[in-house]
Amino acid sequence: MSTEVLSDTRAEPMFGQSGRVRLYRTVFVVAMLTAWQAASGTLLDPFWVSSPAAVFKTLVEWTASGQLSYHLLITFKETAAGFILGATAGVLFALMIGASDILHRTVDPFVTAVYGVPKVALAPLFIMWFGIGLAPKIVLAAISVFFLVFFSTLRGVREVDLKMVDALRTMGAGRFAVQRMVIFPSALPWLFTGLKLGLPYGFVGAVAAEMMASNAGIGYLTQNSAGQLDTAGVFAALFALMVVTTLLNEALGRLESWIFRWR
Amino acid sequence: MRSAHLSVVPLQGGEARCAPAVELRGVGKTFSSRSGRVDVLSGLNLSLQSGEFLAIVGPSGSGKSTVLNLLAGLDRPTTGAVLCQGVPVGAVNTGIGYLTQHDSLLPWRTVEQNIAVPLELRKIDRAEIADRVRELIAQVGLDGFERHYPSQLSGGMRKRAMLARTLIYDPPVLLMDEPFGPLDAQLKLVLQAELLKLWSVRRKTVVFVTHDIVEAITLADRVLVFSPRPCQIRLDEPINIPRPREVHEVRFHPAFEEHYRRLWAALEPPARRMS
Repeated sequence: MSTEVLSDTRAEPMFGQSGRVRLYRTVFVVAMLTAWQAASGTLLDPFWVSSPAAVFKTLVEWTASGQLSYHLLITFKETAAGFILGATAGVLFALMIGASDILHRTVDPFVTAVYGVPKVALAPLFIMWFGIGLAPKIVLAAISVFFLVFFSTLRGVREVDLKMVDALRTMGAGRFAVQRMVIFPSALPWLFTGLKLGLPYGFVGAVAAEMMASNAGIGYLTQNSAGQLDTAGVFAALFALMVVTTLLNEALGRLESWIFRWR
Repeated sequence: MRSAHLSVVPLQGGEARCAPAVELRGVGKTFSSRSGRVDVLSGLNLSLQSGEFLAIVGPSGSGKSTVLNLLAGLDRPTTGAVLCQGVPVGAVNTGIGYLTQHDSLLPWRTVEQNIAVPLELRKIDRAEIADRVRELIAQVGLDGFERHYPSQLSGGMRKRAMLARTLIYDPPVLLMDEPFGPLDAQLKLVLQAELLKLWSVRRKTVVFVTHDIVEAITLADRVLVFSPRPCQIRLDEPINIPRPREVHEVRFHPAFEEHYRRLWAALEPPARRMS
């Protein structure tokens, strides 16, 4: 009875709060855009900073001509392919290496060393190896995602509750069953953290490779607009990318809360 | 040599049939850590008949849980031998059910999915699993909570679910490590009563670790008192209270007081030293 009352009184301001937050967010966006629009042409030269109206106009033009969806789709495909490859490899390696203390300690310094290399610096190498098609972008996205998912999942695997593992073993579980029933599900929250961190980095990888050598994709669009000194185009391309990453992150968050409904 | 060996075999075979359900022979266990070596057990002998209910009491750190871990095969003895049903315990012992004091339910599985785990591991078909899970859930009184996740259950319900998960694969030996430790007194009595009921039906060999003397007398056929480490058996007390027992009534039985006094006397010295 008393706990019910407690949760009631707590629930109400929470709801009011999230409503207020949403309002503040809208105010913030409107204020930023208004300030930008007002400053452009008065305080700052629109050649350098463009303006929200010009960006919007470019977006409308690109959407109408189909250019935007074409380039977005290419970047999306590269990132999705790289994300799936990198995340799968990251999870598998983490489960494998996490299962053995010796193996974990052996490879740890090497993996950490490679992790420290800025992945974008590998783009020229991949372009040399794989040409200027989709392949180098996918590989760069995959590598970027791999390390984040790998480290995150490995952490989860190492922090598994050994009491649960022992309990399962006395019930007759072998190594594989322990992996499937205990280690993987208990590492899943960490895996998701890795996925959510990895997703924007996947886009960074794909876009960076596009900027260096390609004739399609958001990276190309940005680079091409900048080459024509079209600041509105640069902002429009970046804005489109931002919307896509935000939507995908939101989707991942939904998936996460569905998977972890037991919490 | 070989023939001599062979001639022994039938005798061993005969012995195995009435071999103790659980036996420790001269068992020693030393844990080494950075701060040095600790002898938790040394030269421990213990044997249990099939269907016997043994309780072990003793001060904290006296090696009670270590004995259970050795029987479960989760730990190896440093010296001596551990046998279960006459067979030396080598790897993890899957012929036992181990109910630990820690909550080891899988939080991402519902109650019924948790209870089904041992049967899933034994590759039993789904229909049979469903039947047996339903039966066990009824026995431990968890009806209506089949689809709940452990986080939605109270401490007592989680214990019931763990008990059901342990009983469902029908292990001949049950190891219980302070299973009702953190529960309130009333719930403890309820679960003790249910454990006795289940035990009287299934007649399993039970090793029950507790630090509650009343609980030990209430449940067990025999109570061992462990000394502080390295552990020795201070007292091996058979409990002369007839079964079936009522958990509420046991403490009013004439023999209870005598048992309690003797067990407490065997436990007391270290307690006095600590305070």
